[in-house]
Amino acid sequence: MHTLISLTSPAVLPTVVEDVTAPVSWAGGQYAVWLVALPLLSAAVLLLLGRRADRWGHWLGVLASAGSFVVGLGLLLGLLGLPAGQRVHDVHLGTWLDAGALSIDAGLRVDPLSLTFVLLVTFVGTLIHVYSVAYMEHDAARRRFFAYLNLFVAAMLLLVLADSYVLLFVGWEGVGLASYLLIGFWNHRTPYAVAAKKAFVANRVGDVGLLVAMGLLFATFGSLDFATVEAGAASGTVSQGTMTAIGLALLLAACGKSAQFPLQSWLGDAMAGPTPVSALIHAATMVTAGVYLIIRSGAVFTAAPTAQLVVAIVGAVTLLFGAVVGCAKDDIKKALAASTMSQIGYMVLAAGLGPIGYAFAIFHLVTHGFFKAGMFLGAGSVMHGMDDQVDMRRFGGLGRYMKITYFTFMAGWLAILGVPPFAGFFSKDKIIEAAFVPVDGQPWRAWVFGCVALVGAGLTAFYMSRLFFMTFEGQKRWSTTKDGAEQHPHESPALMTWPMIVLAAGSVGLGLVLSRVGFVEWLEPSVGHAEHEEPVLAIPLIIGLTLLAVVLGLVLAWRRYAVTTVPVTPPLGTALTRAARVDLHQDAVNDALLVAPGQYLTRSLVYGDKAVVDGAVTGLGRATVGVGDLVRRVQNGYARSYAAVMVVGVVVLAFVVLAARG
Amino acid sequence: MSLTHYLVLAAILFAIGATTVLLRRNAIIVFMGVELMLNSTNLLLVTFSRIHGNLSGQVLAFFVMVVAAAEVVVGLAIIVTIFRTRRSASVDDVNLLKS
Repeated sequence: MHTLISLTSPAVLPTVVEDVTAPVSWAGGQYAVWLVALPLLSAAVLLLLGRRADRWGHWLGVLASAGSFVVGLGLLLGLLGLPAGQRVHDVHLGTWLDAGALSIDAGLRVDPLSLTFVLLVTFVGTLIHVYSVAYMEHDAARRRFFAYLNLFVAAMLLLVLADSYVLLFVGWEGVGLASYLLIGFWNHRTPYAVAAKKAFVANRVGDVGLLVAMGLLFATFGSLDFATVEAGAASGTVSQGTMTAIGLALLLAACGKSAQFPLQSWLGDAMAGPTPVSALIHAATMVTAGVYLIIRSGAVFTAAPTAQLVVAIVGAVTLLFGAVVGCAKDDIKKALAASTMSQIGYMVLAAGLGPIGYAFAIFHLVTHGFFKAGMFLGAGSVMHGMDDQVDMRRFGGLGRYMKITYFTFMAGWLAILGVPPFAGFFSKDKIIEAAFVPVDGQPWRAWVFGCVALVGAGLTAFYMSRLFFMTFEGQKRWSTTKDGAEQHPHESPALMTWPMIVLAAGSVGLGLVLSRVGFVEWLEPSVGHAEHEEPVLAIPLIIGLTLLAVVLGLVLAWRRYAVTTVPVTPPLGTALTRAARVDLHQDAVNDALLVAPGQYLTRSLVYGDKAVVDGAVTGLGRATVGVGDLVRRVQNGYARSYAAVMVVGVVVLAFVVLAARG
Repeated sequence: MSLTHYLVLAAILFAIGATTVLLRRNAIIVFMGVELMLNSTNLLLVTFSRIHGNLSGQVLAFFVMVVAAAEVVVGLAIIVTIFRTRRSASVDDVNLLKS
């Protein structure tokens, strides 16, 4: 096997590293530490001070996140002041582990890619912090909530800023922990606690992939920092089998974190967390970490075309999977979660197309971060006004009661549909175009991925319009709250609406602005430059077809969910609808394939442990007791019988002695 | 009288004593059996002492008597105590240690 052969010859490559243009030192990079430190300190203060921080804790959280954003903005200005070729900086923080031959440095990489993430995370994060101040106002544990949010922001920033896989892994685990804590924030409700555990376990499966990838990388390159790995992968001295193995392991990690097929089942359940969490972690930022990992490891995937193809396939499958599930969900948050899954499928598909798709994947990631977070906050606002109702069949006509939520949600809806000139048009359309570009002169890939992306766009239009119409248009289908009082939908307070308005503004204009200011060129120092290649169809035709698919989906949803009355109890539906309602039997498949055999295995191990190991120990004990029981009968307590035994013994002894002498 | 007579007598006495100890329940009688065995041994000691013309056996017989006397003192005291508390002098009743 290739892998094993190369494992035996590590440290071939570090010599090659010297040839690569070493990142230029830049004093501004030192400030990057504060990006992570601010929210981390705030989280520590909030958790350590306890109830004493209850009154002002949430504002400290907002401030820490905003502070990180300001630092990020400063770094952005600093980088913009440098020529494009000098925008990749590795900031050395010190030696982290030093054990003989193994020496791992802690360092941050400030480059256009990480800074894009930093700005997205801190900007959207700050808005969601502000929103949460009002959303969680009546929750007794609001301070703890903000501590976790800050912890998440710190971990996420560490993840995207790390300059090596080891430090990235720390952030990777940190966001997993924060995600777990926040999904299970209301863990006194058993299903929520279970959902948190499910997310944690699914993420763990992905983490194993990352660990394996790190092991392979270390064995192959002798180092885990991005610079060495990039140089080594580009040098072409490593066998393709090794690179494919590394790529697939990285993909597994990405699948776990980004809820991609086949590890996507946790995302829907993760909606158990408070809605701001769903907006920040499970829509805008953390779930995109997988996309980040794939793009950051671009050199590995370039050297492993097979792994790259698998990435694209996983993206395409998830894209359709999420879209189909989204069409059938009646829970507004779960429909949005399915949509997130599908949109990240787009990003992973783009990331699987190679350098041509990297920039567009990030572009879509950024616009998606805005419009999806905006829609989640809108959903939270709807729930806020509707007594935590999430069933869209019990909404309807809310647009007349919540004007701001209505219009901000509409901006997000049009953006995700890809209606020009909203943000999604500029990003998603580019991905569809890129999907139609033949790779390595293989037209079948262009056709398959292109058509999947196209169908996905139509499905997206359908399920998002369905969600929008069921919630905001049509007849009102609500009457009473859970406790029987009359339902009075109302607009949310200003602290909640302002973040939504800002995000809506991003949903409207961000795509246009970013494509005008050259976002793709800005990313080039990090993700590499891709030559423009012609897709198999003419670009105007692709745009036309995409818009046609979107309009079709929109009209279909309009006719079924806005014009006609939506039944309050879900109709039986087709077999596909019924399957999609239960996530296309994802949980059942997992149960049958993994959980049941796993439990069988553990049960048989427990049985084996009881029968063999415990059996040996308890058997020995029982045998001792049995022998003792037998011997005990001799000790009958009658002095005369003891005397008889002695007499017999002496006589026997006498005979023996005499016989020996005789 | 030859040596054999002494030895046979001693053996008979010892057998009677041993049988008494093994078969009788009354603690006093059991004691008497024990004394009988001790005295049969004394008889042997004295016999061999005389045959060999060596006084050690005679001296040892005295020792045995002294020890037997002491043993009787202690033993009888125990028996009397047991009889007082349990209203019985049967050795078979004294099996409290066997729970």
